[in-house]
Amino acid sequence: MSKRRPYVRPMDGWFKRDPFFIEYMAHEGTAVFVWLFALEMLAGLFALAAGEAAWGGFTAFLASVPGLLLNGLILVMLLYHGVSWFLIMPRTLPPVRVGGRKVPGSTISAVGLAAMLVASFAVVGFFCLLANGGQG
Amino acid sequence: MTGQTKTVAVLRYRPEQDEAPVWQEYQVPYGDDTSVLAALNYIKDELDGTLSFRWSCRQAICGSCGMMIGGKPQLACKAFLRDYPERVTVEALAHFPIERDLVVVMDGFIDKLQKVKPYLIPREMRALEDGEYLQTPEEMDLYAQFAGCINCGLCYAACPQVGLNPDFLGPGAIALLHRYNLDSRDGGQAERMEMINAELGVFNCTAVGYCSEVCPKMVDPANAVNVNKMNSARDYFFRFLRPAPKQGGCR
Ligand code: FES
Repeated sequence: MSKRRPYVRPMDGWFKRDPFFIEYMAHEGTAVFVWLFALEMLAGLFALAAGEAAWGGFTAFLASVPGLLLNGLILVMLLYHGVSWFLIMPRTLPPVRVGGRKVPGSTISAVGLAAMLVASFAVVGFFCLLANGGQG
Repeated sequence: MTGQTKTVAVLRYRPEQDEAPVWQEYQVPYGDDTSVLAALNYIKDELDGTLSFRWSCRQAICGSCGMMIGGKPQLACKAFLRDYPERVTVEALAHFPIERDLVVVMDGFIDKLQKVKPYLIPREMRALEDGEYLQTPEEMDLYAQFAGCINCGLCYAACPQVGLNPDFLGPGAIALLHRYNLDSRDGGQAERMEMINAELGVFNCTAVGYCSEVCPKMVDPANAVNVNKMNSARDYFFRFLRPAPKQGGCR
């Protein structure tokens, strides 16, 4: 009779097993803050539609200490999410070739991160300009 | 050899006597060039002949010595005792059932490799007198990276989705599938697409990316999987635009 008795190890707590998995969970977990920020934007939109008093209340919340703390936290989490997103981008794209040579993953990540920075500054700059009534 | 020894802790499992795996420690003399595989061979030859493990080439090409070393999927012949300060743990590859000690059951993995039709399904029928199927270096370059797989299984041990759902096709098999799909001589894409699209295909992957990190051959299976997510989506939305596949061919 066969003495074979293959042993299957449990998967409980697998996400704590390796620092790589912990980082992965952190990356995925920060997506919750993307969702929170979207909710906040939606709340602002509803407040805008509901009239001046509601909009005033919304902006007052944004300027309050809890509002600033919340948005500060969201910003940090989104930055982490964004940066880690660009770091794994080379794994998800088809090979990019320039002049017949394959572009290394680190270059793709760097270009992505640079594009994120440029776009962020452009958006912030545009709204600063709007806020100043186009006076620069 | 420096005359010093290092502790090698091995997860033992002998189905005829162990209910569950147990750790056993060995003191192994080592030098700068002592690989974990050399340490295991020392244990087997000098300390404990009952220890079971797989190996063959000692040079990271046969793919048989994959195991968890210091908790990470590695080739035992490519990991060195010098990199572990006092003690190194050695365990059978994660996400595979343990057959005995460091030997795992590979059957499921081998089945998956076979399932993806890892051979050329010629794009067009050629008679013998037409000569061989030619390919330019550029055409070969497209898939060469994915042809480097040595079937060591490290990517499966790195993939939590394989651990959670052992039926998931998994990184290695999808990289192999991709290798043939990218081959200019091959015409089997449509047949293989079924496996990509299936419940157990690419969408089981949650882009952890550790498979590519541990691959000893720079195959980048995560890339093969994720590129095929795009292919699968394209196939789903645009399949009605594609001409019906040619029937026949030399199969
Ligand atoms: S013994 Fe062949 S890969 Fe390690």
